Amino acid sequence: MAWSRKDLLGIAELSAEEIHLILDTAESFREVSERPIKKVPTLRGRTVINLFFEPSTRTRSSFEIAEKRLSADSLNFSSSTSALTKGESLLDTAMNLQAMAPDLIVIRHGHPGAPHMLARRLKAGVINAGDGAHEHPTQALLDAFTIRRHKGTLQGIEVAIVGDIEHSRVVRSNIHLLLKMGAKVRVAGPFTLMPAALETLGVEVCSSLEEAVTGVDVVMMLRVQLERQARLRVPSVKEYFRLFGLTKRHLSLAKDDVIVMHPGPMNRGMEISSEVADGPYSVILDQVESGVAVRMAILYLLSGAREP
Amino acid sequence: MSVSHLDGQQMRRVIRRMAGEILETNGGASDLLLAGIRTRGVPLAERLGAAIAQAEGLDVPQGILDITLYRDDLSTIAPQPVVKESHLPSIEGKTVVLCDDVLFTGRTIRAALDALQDYGRPRAVRLAVLVDRGHRELPIQADFVGRVFQTQARERVEVAFPETDDGREEVVVLQPTSEE
Amino acid sequence: MNGRHLIFRGARVVDPSQNLDAFATVEVQDGKIARIEDDIPSRDGALEVDAAGQVLVPGLIDMHVHLREPGQEYKETIRSGTRAAAAGGFTAVACMANTSPVNDNRTVTRHIVEEAAAAGFARVHPIGAVSKGMAGEELAEIGEMVRGGAVGVSDDGLPVKNAELMRRALLYTRHFGVPVIQHAEDLDLTGPGVMHEGEWSTRLGLPGIPGSSEDVIVARDLILSEDTLGKYHVAHLSTGRSLEMVRRAKAQGLAVTCEVTPHHLLLTDQAVAETEFSTDMKMKPPLRAELDRQALRKGLVDGTVDAIASDHAPHHPDEKEVQFSSAPFGILGLETTLALCLDRLVRPGLITLERLVDLLSCGPARVLNLPAGTLAPGSVADITFFDPEKVLTVDRDRFQSLSRNSPFGGWELRGAPLSTYLGGRRVQL
Repeated sequence: MAWSRKDLLGIAELSAEEIHLILDTAESFREVSERPIKKVPTLRGRTVINLFFEPSTRTRSSFEIAEKRLSADSLNFSSSTSALTKGESLLDTAMNLQAMAPDLIVIRHGHPGAPHMLARRLKAGVINAGDGAHEHPTQALLDAFTIRRHKGTLQGIEVAIVGDIEHSRVVRSNIHLLLKMGAKVRVAGPFTLMPAALETLGVEVCSSLEEAVTGVDVVMMLRVQLERQARLRVPSVKEYFRLFGLTKRHLSLAKDDVIVMHPGPMNRGMEISSEVADGPYSVILDQVESGVAVRMAILYLLSGAREP
Repeated sequence: MSVSHLDGQQMRRVIRRMAGEILETNGGASDLLLAGIRTRGVPLAERLGAAIAQAEGLDVPQGILDITLYRDDLSTIAPQPVVKESHLPSIEGKTVVLCDDVLFTGRTIRAALDALQDYGRPRAVRLAVLVDRGHRELPIQADFVGRVFQTQARERVEVAFPETDDGREEVVVLQPTSEE
Repeated sequence: MNGRHLIFRGARVVDPSQNLDAFATVEVQDGKIARIEDDIPSRDGALEVDAAGQVLVPGLIDMHVHLREPGQEYKETIRSGTRAAAAGGFTAVACMANTSPVNDNRTVTRHIVEEAAAAGFARVHPIGAVSKGMAGEELAEIGEMVRGGAVGVSDDGLPVKNAELMRRALLYTRHFGVPVIQHAEDLDLTGPGVMHEGEWSTRLGLPGIPGSSEDVIVARDLILSEDTLGKYHVAHLSTGRSLEMVRRAKAQGLAVTCEVTPHHLLLTDQAVAETEFSTDMKMKPPLRAELDRQALRKGLVDGTVDAIASDHAPHHPDEKEVQFSSAPFGILGLETTLALCLDRLVRPGLITLERLVDLLSCGPARVLNLPAGTLAPGSVADITFFDPEKVLTVDRDRFQSLSRNSPFGGWELRGAPLSTYLGGRRVQL
């Protein structure tokens, strides 16, 4: 199949076929990162703007490396270094960037829908690198890529996603992706951090960590987003860890070959214990590695889809 | 209506001859590396390797080169090609024989040369093609040629190997169809 | 004298106040309805108007609009807002008090009435603030405002949060017979919410406004209205549960009324997803779930709902063309309400034309105690004409309103306003 989208805004609108294409393409790009010279000329002469309205180390550097390995010219705007904090509207910022004729814009924004608004207005392709608590499609794709490398498939795999569900864009993208690819998803977390009507998305909502992880192939821990909560919705870190912090004991309830994932950055001792984060089941660093290959694949596919 | 044509037996015969020429030019099989360009350069490289092994009793290392990432027409081709992995053993100090089914404009070979560069520094690079159909757009010539076909630019030369083309084994020249 | 003596022939006349739905001739003299008969002979000096193919109804009243003047004339003015009303088939509007300065005193009330009269496109009935400065602390000078022309009180835009203040307002307004109109919202439950809390807010990752945010205030206020015997009106009621509470309160005999908006009757929270975060889908209360929408439609049919009101809330494009969470709440309504109701409520057979006229004219007149909403002989000749078969495509660029924030742009609707008459004079746009 051929890629025809100008933008990658979310997983919700992708077909299983499109997801397969991205993951298969990413497999090929992994090889580039294993070469002595980790660079191909594919996007030579293309300009990519990384527009980050929220602090991000991991996602932004992953995109930057992917762009550089594809020989694109990339440019970073982040909220601390530009007019983004000076009250200029998102649309004005975008129109100014458009005047610089970029081919692709990677955007991270605190508000759901900000990338969609840009995509409607701009000729450049738009990649959503996280919009509020809405979607983070490249994270879900790299998670799927990591699971597929470890389990061979996503079909029939059981995944438990645990933590601050309400504030997580990662969980929404992952739920859409995993269900489209035939996996089963359970979620667990404090009910005060659980969005309304979550089960309508097709997931099983569990009331305890133990219930969620029993018999699963994959445990995905989410970061508790302390900075997004005006008032902490759990009484204390200690109580959170006791209820929903992942320890070795929990992993004994899961399948023997369970893998543990975390999109990072981790709050050790809040949602995950160090013995698990650094333990043999952890594939957290594989996720980071997968991120570059997946983002290269997306940059490649979106560049090719654009009108000449 | 194809004027130029090779059947399976002719193809095998031509490939054996090419293998002989490669050995002769290289003075044997030492330090050779056969790199098949996806898709149909791969079966050609395999057949050349087998013929060389038969003649010399020595396995020549082989590799696969995917040149998608090096194309100069990324946004103008549709549908967009699917990127596949390259598998290339070390090319350092080797004589790399690039293998492809058809030599036409030369752009694929240009991309393949760029790609090779990213894997290291070979001692020399040669080019083996089953069919040279003319109409070059770049100053590129093959060192080992199976057959030369006189073609019109709009015609299509199709090489079929059993493993890539549902059991067919032949070379045909096709007239342009109406939708092209 | 032109415009003083008119005879309208051939129209279908629908007036629920007289149980009338028939082809009839209507005679207007000296700004008042003179008589309605099967046929009326021609008379010297009377202007004959051929209204064949048209529906003639008591002038429509939008009992909930924001005209933005004084203070935010870049969004709307009394002039532009009443032009929008006339274009939409309305002869009267009631405008909310959340202007700048707030309409919490007789001076502002008089200013609005006078500006509207000078413009002459539609009658404007000001709603005064419940509390001084809409600060939710002290009662505003309600008596003075009523004397100046206010027909109800509301802090709309904000709820009357303090239960004690609401109790006082319900008691005090009994002296004047005007309703306390509540924007029922518990701001703590709303929190940072920007759309209805449910499947779609979860999918979109937007903070939700639960239905309970409205319901807990309606429940509280109904208890207070029972104790005080005050007149209580729920503005833009949006949930099935609030509607059920109003239904029960009415059965109990309380002086309770409610209005619903066209957008809550026609759209749901899913529209936010379908339009990929269009800020024209952002208003308060938010577009609710399908079950709520069904409940409101049932309330139209069974009579629980007293009025359809647009909550016309103009905002400048610069304010709306931002990311969803940052955009102000509110959408336009005056120029689309009638056509939407004709095409989407009457044509599919949900309600009759007579019921629609009740909801858009008689009902609001009853709630606000206005001398309108009827074509009875002797009443002021405020008349709306519309063509139920005329097809129109909503074109936001041709709105009379200064703003463009309508979610209905591009909708093709059958049923269109044609003209309005104020006191027997045709309104010229």
